[in-house]
Amino acid sequence: MNNALTWLLRNPIWGFVLLIFVFFSVSNEFFFDPQNFKNILVQTSTIGLIALGMTLVMINGNIDLSVGATLALAASLAIDIQGWEVFASWGSWAILPGVLAGLLSGVLLGALNGFIVWKTGVDAFIVTLGAMLGVRGLVFIYTQEQSFFAMNFAYSDFGASSVGPLPTLAVLFLLFALITHLLLSRTVHGRNTYAVGGNREAAVNAGIRVGPHMLINFVIVGFFAALAGITLSTQMGASTPNLGREYELWTITAVVLGGTKLSGGSGTIIGTLGGVLAIGILRNGMNLMQVPAFYVLVILGTILIAVLFLDKQLTRRGKGELRT
Amino acid sequence: MTDQTPALRLDGIVKTFPGVRALDGVSFEVLPGECHALLGENGAGKSTLMKVLAGMHQPDEGRIFIEEQEVVLPTPLDAKAKGVVLIHQELSLAEEMTAAENIFLGELPRKRFGMVDWKTLFARAGEILKKLNCDFGPETKVSRLSIAKKQMVEIARALTVDAKAVIFDEPTASLTDAEKVVLFDIIRDLKADGVGIVYISHRMDEIFTISDRLSVLRDGAYRGTLVTAETDEDEVTRLMIGRSLDYSRNVQHAELGDIALEARNLSCDPLFRDVNFHVRQGEVLGFYGLVGAGRTEIAETLFGLRHPSSGQILLDREEVHVASPADAIARGISLVPESRKEQGLVLGMNCRDNMTLPQIGDLTAGPFVANGAEIAIYDQYRDRLEIKAPSWRSIVGNLSGGNQQKIVIGKWLAMKPRVLIVDEPTRGIDVGSKSEIHNLIRELARSGYAIIVISSEMPEVLHVSDRIVAMYQGRVMREFTSDEVTEDNLVQAISGIGGERAA
Repeated sequence: MNNALTWLLRNPIWGFVLLIFVFFSVSNEFFFDPQNFKNILVQTSTIGLIALGMTLVMINGNIDLSVGATLALAASLAIDIQGWEVFASWGSWAILPGVLAGLLSGVLLGALNGFIVWKTGVDAFIVTLGAMLGVRGLVFIYTQEQSFFAMNFAYSDFGASSVGPLPTLAVLFLLFALITHLLLSRTVHGRNTYAVGGNREAAVNAGIRVGPHMLINFVIVGFFAALAGITLSTQMGASTPNLGREYELWTITAVVLGGTKLSGGSGTIIGTLGGVLAIGILRNGMNLMQVPAFYVLVILGTILIAVLFLDKQLTRRGKGELRT
Repeated sequence: MTDQTPALRLDGIVKTFPGVRALDGVSFEVLPGECHALLGENGAGKSTLMKVLAGMHQPDEGRIFIEEQEVVLPTPLDAKAKGVVLIHQELSLAEEMTAAENIFLGELPRKRFGMVDWKTLFARAGEILKKLNCDFGPETKVSRLSIAKKQMVEIARALTVDAKAVIFDEPTASLTDAEKVVLFDIIRDLKADGVGIVYISHRMDEIFTISDRLSVLRDGAYRGTLVTAETDEDEVTRLMIGRSLDYSRNVQHAELGDIALEARNLSCDPLFRDVNFHVRQGEVLGFYGLVGAGRTEIAETLFGLRHPSSGQILLDREEVHVASPADAIARGISLVPESRKEQGLVLGMNCRDNMTLPQIGDLTAGPFVANGAEIAIYDQYRDRLEIKAPSWRSIVGNLSGGNQQKIVIGKWLAMKPRVLIVDEPTRGIDVGSKSEIHNLIRELARSGYAIIVISSEMPEVLHVSDRIVAMYQGRVMREFTSDEVTEDNLVQAISGIGGERAA
């Protein structure tokens, strides 16, 4: 019991998740339903995947605003390339080069972001703000403002498929969440992520090559943004040039709700998971209660500020106790 | 003296934080025109007492009197309005504003419609700066001032009100000796004007230079007040830590081994030029000089943080080019940096993670970090350095300065370096931990490490070093063995007088 309480104090967002889960279960008859839970998981998986990478980047003390545009580019590439005539004879295998190209675009854009941050020393906020505008422009140039549709139904079938009782996309998300959690909490790279974000100078003095290290995390978030673009487009069987707009804001909201500090040095995947679920459950629950969409935004914004205020109060008291 | 009305008097102050009794019935007074030093180890309650005085904390029990009028000080602004001003240890100035704006921050003179009255502002700020003998004008941007001058701005802030008591918290922490002299003159001027001074410092020599009386705190309790002229360092130390300290000259030399590290005509323009020295295994080489003499820059060059403009670095008699800290670490050079909080530690991380940070890449089992191996290393160095932390999970930011420094030293010892460079080994550390760290450095030398110690404190350099390199403005002025060095010739060498250039 005591352990559970300290755990909850360290991850207050899960207390909030529990609270809204109970609230919607009691107040809405359609909420507490396995099918609805599956919906929530699938809806969350898109933001969730990006949030995994964003957590690493933000613990580093950086940020990536270009994830929404990267998502759109990857989705457009994946759907367009699988329809190329070269691959016409490949059958369902034609999907593979499309998906690989999409993922590769994310990795390359992430590497480019990281490389510029490393070599120029310009703040990641500025670099990725530029990338956000520029990549979105690329998407419109590439797609000529057109939406693409996946002609191969195997692609959209994947988005609707299940592994056992769980939707494939949810399984994919949870699997990557586990991998990222292990990466962050158990590996050398994860430890260095905290060190670089916690005190960059001390990290340099400890022999950590900070530039290449940060580049790897930008590559990871780029990969996840591209992957999220692909999974999102399998859900819709299509991509639009405006796909993923404002996703960078939703992702950052989720990560911050999960307890990651904007200044870097602290944060966990478990917290991020809570943040992502909190947003997913709130949107789903209010939707079921037929709260109009714009009111949902007002409520979510208010909750973001309220939760962070609460978190600040909690940590402030914790610090006061420790100071002698 | 005693029949005077105290400028500030505390009576039976008690302050508790959850689980800690930080102040346990402390009484204290400062008379007008008196400099009253407040001493105690880290955690003794000095900071808490100071915050009570300045209105940042409210006492649970006890009373505060200003000129024998009982007062309540709910905020720092109230305290200032009543004439009690705190000069912060960490400068809290708005860097991008002018000195004048900083001096009157929060109470800028106004004209109609809330416009700033610049004329009055600059005139009044200029007066105060002139009174402090500052050589910069009120319109100077603070970011362009040196640390010492920023401190002048901080002091000037205190003088905008009719100050009755001014509290200095470790004011000399980042000042050079020359700048200290200026600060002490200002303190004497304030005393002459009848202001009571509360002077908090770790540095015994300063306290004996500037204070009239001193009071000692230990573990949150008041231990006594002494008249400075009638006591000595020994008595004060005993009062502070409950035992006396050995601060003698280093005479015992270890068995010296081969030359571990040598610098030949090493230069890094314009920071230092044509520097020659070597250090053997089992030897402690001290670097002494004023702030800005180029000592830290030499250490940074050896560690790969700077690249030399000319000259050679030889490791085990072979020339090496140290490209980066990672490269230096791989070659067996370790640096305990000058400022442990900014450069040495990740304060939000736990003890173990900090200690294993440079070698964590080698502590793996499969793809993961090997927990057991990490804890084993932490335990080994915790025991060897007698680090006092509740557990390896304790967050380093919550430890005392001495224990934090031991974590940094342990971190580098665990790398089993051939050369250990320690920059300001005991800056901001209390007296008890200081001597522990000095003993540790001597013991490490005996066990065969080649050690370079950089320090601004003369007793420290004299105490730990086998040989001392004296630097002045980026050049080596002279090299002393511990037999030939005296305080006089050392001071002359670092001031650029009388010292012969070393060959």
